[in-house]
Amino acid sequence: MRHGRYRFIVGFLAAPVILYVVFVISPYLQAFQISLTNWKGISANPQFIGLENYSRLLDDEVFWAAVRHHGVLLLVMPLVTIVIALFFSFLLNLSGGQRGGQMTGIWGSKVYRVIFFLPQVLAVAIVGVLFQAIYRPDESGVINGLLGLVGIKPVGWLIDPNLALWSIIGVMVWQAVGFYVVLFSAGMSSIPKDVFEAAALDGAGRYTLFFKITLPLLWDTMQVAWVYLGIAAFDAFALVQVLSVDRGGPDNSTTVLPLEIWRTAFNFSKFGYASAMGVVLFFMTITFAALTLRVTRRERIEF
Amino acid sequence: MSNSAGTPGDITRRQMLRRIGLTALVAGPAAGLLSACATSSGPAPAATSSAAPSSGAAVSAANPFGVAADAPLEVVIFKGGLGDSYATEVHEPLYKKAFPKATVKHVATQQIAQTLQPRFAGGDVPDMIANSGTDLMDNGALQQEGQLLELTELWDAPSIDDPNKKVRETVAPGTVESGLINNKPYLMNYVFSAYGLWYDSALFEKNGWTPPKTFEEFKAFCEKAKAANITPFAYAGKNASYYAYWMILISAAKIEGNQFLIDIDNLVDGVWKRDSLKQAAAAWAEIGKYMDKSFEGLIHTEVQTRQNQGKIALYPSGSWLENEQKSQTPKEFKYALTPTPSVTAADKLPFEAIRAAAGEAYIVPAKAKNPKGGLEYLRIMLSKEGARGFTEKSGNITVVTGAADGLDLSPGNASLSAAQTAAGANIVTRSDFENWYKELETELRKQTNALMFGRISAEQFCDNMQKAADKTKSDSSITKQNRTV
Repeated sequence: MRHGRYRFIVGFLAAPVILYVVFVISPYLQAFQISLTNWKGISANPQFIGLENYSRLLDDEVFWAAVRHHGVLLLVMPLVTIVIALFFSFLLNLSGGQRGGQMTGIWGSKVYRVIFFLPQVLAVAIVGVLFQAIYRPDESGVINGLLGLVGIKPVGWLIDPNLALWSIIGVMVWQAVGFYVVLFSAGMSSIPKDVFEAAALDGAGRYTLFFKITLPLLWDTMQVAWVYLGIAAFDAFALVQVLSVDRGGPDNSTTVLPLEIWRTAFNFSKFGYASAMGVVLFFMTITFAALTLRVTRRERIEF
Repeated sequence: MSNSAGTPGDITRRQMLRRIGLTALVAGPAAGLLSACATSSGPAPAATSSAAPSSGAAVSAANPFGVAADAPLEVVIFKGGLGDSYATEVHEPLYKKAFPKATVKHVATQQIAQTLQPRFAGGDVPDMIANSGTDLMDNGALQQEGQLLELTELWDAPSIDDPNKKVRETVAPGTVESGLINNKPYLMNYVFSAYGLWYDSALFEKNGWTPPKTFEEFKAFCEKAKAANITPFAYAGKNASYYAYWMILISAAKIEGNQFLIDIDNLVDGVWKRDSLKQAAAAWAEIGKYMDKSFEGLIHTEVQTRQNQGKIALYPSGSWLENEQKSQTPKEFKYALTPTPSVTAADKLPFEAIRAAAGEAYIVPAKAKNPKGGLEYLRIMLSKEGARGFTEKSGNITVVTGAADGLDLSPGNASLSAAQTAAGANIVTRSDFENWYKELETELRKQTNALMFGRISAEQFCDNMQKAADKTKSDSSITKQNRTV
């Protein structure tokens, strides 16, 4: 009987594990192998060139520009998204005071929840096209049209090298906030209501409720959010591709690694070099995730 | 796998897995996925496909390549400014007429590389490809990997219209040369294009303007147009900065002669720092100052539409422009072409000189299942009937001499042919580095935007480009090419 059960379990596990190995693990390993060759992606005779691709990365200024942009994205995007999402989900769930012994959100919070989540259901490509119109650099752009009404000259959201990356970060935040509002709302609803009741009885205001009760008890959820958002900060491919001047411009001011990998592989036919970039990106992502989980580790509070 | 070659319509399980793999790849860093399948299994499918069913048919005057009458043919067409009706309604029916037993499979795409790269890697390639568009495949890389069929056989075959003439004798001078890679013909460049500044002759007539012949006149014209609240010159920085660098390179070539373009393509040391380029870049940067900054964030169709609305006077482009804008152009708008103005009085080439070249490369993959059929398809395209049909459907003139004679030409094409006559032998030739050295080209796009929108000076432009050219030259992973004409 026992023997049969193992066979049963193995039978179920085998399919997903094999799929995972074939489609996830083996490509990663292959990327390592290809990054040591000069494969052009067309024929099947790559030559082994050792670490040449990696040493070339060292003085590739476009690559370093992309790495810098990931640094900025990593610092700004998750932070802004989490702050906004926390603020909104607090408003939606806990700030309306008590009703029937239950914490409630502000008036109309159900409607707002739907509105916040809406960007999340749009495909990234659609978001990109939408923001093309919103950010258009002349008076026909949505923002610039509105600015024009109050007499402000059009702003080059995506064409000013100092502004372009921030504009793209803005879109990423706009799209992500909804999801994290929902995530944090779920986290908040799992906090026992007697904790809030006790705090309220002791005379805690909204401010204290948020910083002394909600935030510490939401730590696990925020940790997850931080990792998710960090990984998203290593992507940004689609938005940069659709929105930026000449894919990553002006003057490399918005380029990101996935875009450079794509360009190096498909435009320059340098799959080996592109794989080397991919390997670097892989290590950056892994390091980030491991660091985040380690640095933010805290005592878990059991309710 | 071994019996898959005969049924191009069927996808084998392995190819299927490979394609699924590719979809995942496009998303991001897992660049190895495609490679996983491709490098480990490359040679095998290549071997099977060359043993395709259609190896035998007698060679005759009507069938110079010996195409098997029943061999299926797969044609991949870039569906961009030219559309694809010229293939479905002209060339493919002509092929069917010649080989009634053959089935012709038509594939239209806007993304040649994304569609075909995995198929090349897997050895399952079509028989003829219109390799064009922003996402075209790198012809140089394809040739290096032995994926392109040499076209000498095509150019030496008898023409369909006159069996006493070779195909190469029926096309415009320079056509065969424009398709050389490493001094052998691999590309069939089909469309005859001219590059210059396009304007609405009706608008110019109304305002009493004439297109400028020198850069002094150009600047005076810019002032006039500005006073009339029209942007004198504009291009789309977001995706078409190459339209602007064409103009800069044409101007430099007019100053120094065509040797300049040859030297650029051959990566001659210091060529980007030559005075001719510096002067040309400085002259165009002056014109860039009249352009609103917002144009850097617009795409070509947006700018072209603004020209159709009468908001832009001169727009740099090629002769496909009129056709591309067909649906946007108001009735009274009459496209006309003017050459780039002269920079100095001592220019080697006169104002009338125009950049004209055979463009739009059509290729036959060496490992196609029916490469003979691919060659025959190209020969049909190069017949008078094929070329005429192409001009009628796509609105573009082909390299086939005299094929468009007697056709009712549009204002743009009529202006093109007048400009061609005025230019005579003063033709500015092509730039091959655009296809040979994609990295250099990408850098040039960036630097052109920076120059034209006033972020760098002409000096810095030249320095940055020389640095990029030096980098390409010293990069051992890029195979260097050479041109002499």
